[in-house]
Amino acid sequence: MSPRVNLGSPQVEPREARLGSITGYAGSAEELVRRSHGKCLKERRRSFSQCLGCSTSNAACTVILIQDAAVISHGPVGCSTCFHEFAFTYRVNGVHRGVEEPTQRRIFTTNLDEKDTVFGGARKLAEAIREVHRRTGAKAVFVLTTCASGIIGDDVESVAQEAEEEIGVPVVAIFCEGFRSRIWTSGFDSGYHGVVRKLVKPPVQEQPDLVNVVNFWGADIFSELFARIGLRPNYLTPYATVESLSHASEAVATVQICATLGSYLGAALEQAYGVPEIRSAAPYGIGQTERWWREFGRLTGKQLEVEALLKEERAEWLPRIDELRQKLSGKTAFVAAGASHGHALIAVLRELGLEVRGAAVFHHDPLYDNGAPTADALCGAVRDYGDVPRYQVCNKQEFELVNILNRERPDVFLARHGGMTSWGARFGIPTVLVGDEHFGMNYRGLVNYGARILDALENDEFVTNLARHASVPYTRWWLEQAPDAFLEGES
Amino acid sequence: MGGMIEQERFACALGAMQTVVAIPRAVPVLHSGPGCGTMVSRFFGQGAGHAGGNTVPCTNATEADVVFGGEGRLREVLDGTAKVIDADLQVVLTGCTADIVGDDAGEVVRGIRASGRDAVHVSAAGFKSNNLVSHSRVVNAIVDQYVDGKARKGAWRDPRLVNVFASVPFQDPFWKGNLRELKRLLEGLGLRANILFGPESGGLAEWVTIPEAGFNLLVSAWAGLDIVRHLEEKYEQPFLHFPYLPIGGNETTRLLRQVADFAELDRSVAEAFIAREEVGFYEEIQDLATFLLEFRYNLPEHYHAIHDAGYVVGLAKFLLHEVGIVPKEQFIVDDTPEEFQEAIRRELAATSGKREIPVTFDPDAGLAQEAIRGASHRGRGLLIGSGWDKLLAHENGLDFLSAAVPSPYRLVLTTGYLGYRGGLRLIEDIYDRVLATYK
Repeated sequence: MSPRVNLGSPQVEPREARLGSITGYAGSAEELVRRSHGKCLKERRRSFSQCLGCSTSNAACTVILIQDAAVISHGPVGCSTCFHEFAFTYRVNGVHRGVEEPTQRRIFTTNLDEKDTVFGGARKLAEAIREVHRRTGAKAVFVLTTCASGIIGDDVESVAQEAEEEIGVPVVAIFCEGFRSRIWTSGFDSGYHGVVRKLVKPPVQEQPDLVNVVNFWGADIFSELFARIGLRPNYLTPYATVESLSHASEAVATVQICATLGSYLGAALEQAYGVPEIRSAAPYGIGQTERWWREFGRLTGKQLEVEALLKEERAEWLPRIDELRQKLSGKTAFVAAGASHGHALIAVLRELGLEVRGAAVFHHDPLYDNGAPTADALCGAVRDYGDVPRYQVCNKQEFELVNILNRERPDVFLARHGGMTSWGARFGIPTVLVGDEHFGMNYRGLVNYGARILDALENDEFVTNLARHASVPYTRWWLEQAPDAFLEGES
Repeated sequence: MGGMIEQERFACALGAMQTVVAIPRAVPVLHSGPGCGTMVSRFFGQGAGHAGGNTVPCTNATEADVVFGGEGRLREVLDGTAKVIDADLQVVLTGCTADIVGDDAGEVVRGIRASGRDAVHVSAAGFKSNNLVSHSRVVNAIVDQYVDGKARKGAWRDPRLVNVFASVPFQDPFWKGNLRELKRLLEGLGLRANILFGPESGGLAEWVTIPEAGFNLLVSAWAGLDIVRHLEEKYEQPFLHFPYLPIGGNETTRLLRQVADFAELDRSVAEAFIAREEVGFYEEIQDLATFLLEFRYNLPEHYHAIHDAGYVVGLAKFLLHEVGIVPKEQFIVDDTPEEFQEAIRRELAATSGKREIPVTFDPDAGLAQEAIRGASHRGRGLLIGSGWDKLLAHENGLDFLSAAVPSPYRLVLTTGYLGYRGGLRLIEDIYDRVLATYK
């Protein structure tokens, strides 16, 4: 039984509680899938740990890039200091998403101080919302909670409600205190919960050609592909507007580029408004690409059009995929990424003929909010391509990654998140980080990745040189231990 | 501290983990919520030092730690740190979660020290202060809990040795370059400098000689005063306070003469060094003058800065007198405590007897942007600020130099703007941006 979405509650339970997600595992991918589907997945606690991410940043990432919204972090000044990165992304990628003149992101902090932790910060928040409304004229104001506001017990929901009545635009409280979850992607769920709860409106007129696409800020590949089968994408939530979000309930279906990102939003739109969510893992690797598009055709009533599209795409890309396979076959690879996208990268690499020695994946959701095993990309990758022997759920723990990478020394290292890549380079391993989450999708994505990996393998002078001079802040003792030495319990 | 802030240009108290990152072979250990360290690293963007960024150990407070306390967890992570991270000093910074629930991290760290490992504790809850204030607390804690115990007892105090406190590492994006130039200048006078941070420092071995220095030099508007006052009280070391960033010829020479007088150095040695430096500097300024006067198109005539106090004052003195770019409205966004604002105003007013330079103190940089949007001055203008300001510059037709954090539009490795060399580099950077606008 999958968890129910409760839009009546301002908060969403974090993933540990809602989905049974874990952050510590060392073993094979196949075994992880077996335990996940057999409901016997156990968390392994870490006795030593390094900085994780925070739910508040991930919640921020779902709302800051909404074109006409403003965002207030209700906390000390530090809890929003990384948000400037989203402002940068918004400006840089706008051109790929039809926003030619990206506007300044409006990002605020209530700047809670010691007095506020004693007397409460509710009044400060109410004043801030008023001033933000005056300053920005935003069509919606989001309020993100933080550890401090959570522990001192500010009633953020009531303040938001009252402010909303006063200023006449939605004021959306998003509960995303860092300490509530080890899995910072819980912040995505919190952000989307706020969007569905407050901004998505009941359907006025169904739009049978509109498809919700839950994504980040990757290049717009779906407009062209969907147009060929008579559909158009409604991207959620970056580069959307408060108005366009309100119509998400009118779409014919919801698809996701990464179930780790959109698990909750897809389920919420389906449960609240009956918009069916695709239950097939995202289209990475040939087998999954075909399964995904056929399921998509079925959901949208476009089976014949999808078959025609697949045929055209196969004709265009399969020969080039074959060429790349010949060049890449037998090379070894290692992956470090968030959950679902990491599974996608495993599929892409293996489709291209590389041997995936192992993966360091940040967390693991046994199943997503829709409860469908068919949405489990890792399960699909293991079935299509066989096991990944050294699969570690590492929660972005650099010390574990360095330990494993030092042992495995693959020919190429694929990372999805910042901060991980330098370790490939320091060990002299050609390393690839692709920011655009759409880059590896569909048949074409295999060609994109294949070419990129070949470039990295070919142009290895820089990493080879760096490895001769790089320093490592880890002890020799640690590098000689098993990578799961600080994980309690048995693997 | 105070009201709401749009576009913060500094971090919270925990941001001073970067002060530790800047000390070779020291490692910060956070007893805080899970994302705090990542927030800090991503605010500053570049540079992880020996064990910063994703390497930083953290207890990653959970709901259970908040309810039942997290001291046991801290002990566990400190033990792990000793095994896993190759470092010589652990500096524990406690964040909001630990401080609100009242964990006694100081006691945990005393236990670690009693067991023979070097460790320091600082309370750095984000709601208590910002990274500029907390920088001093971190330095003072290291002095009290580490340096003091390691210092050679009865060591001779060396009047030629100076402890330098200037750029706050990472908050000043040019800290490495600035400290390097400052050290070079002080050595030119015949001093030895404990520069303490970055690759030019001697690391912890240098830190333990802090009590041996004859005096302390603070080059900063206000951040760091707590350090030199503390050292004055603790080790009876006098300090010289130079209250802004000395950029270019006039101000660098002024600093060096003040230092030479303060340390009672041989004036002829100092003057010979200054003269050599000035010859090189003014040769370039003459060439600059030729360029400025003969360029037939358009160059910036005035500028606004949105920056920390030391930069706003230092830039004004340099750009007005040595480059000829006139300071218009200036915005100090480092949350300068009120007690220091009057002195900074006076210093800025002393820049020129001919003109008033309007200055606003407010960390709410959104208001600074509103003011600049509404300002109107004849001629081409320049905006010196952080990455937040690039779009504003574009919209208002201003040239733009990114010189404050956060700074996603610029890669800085060892560039510095302090000193004779820094001034010349600043000129190059400004006109590089300006000339790049021509087809």
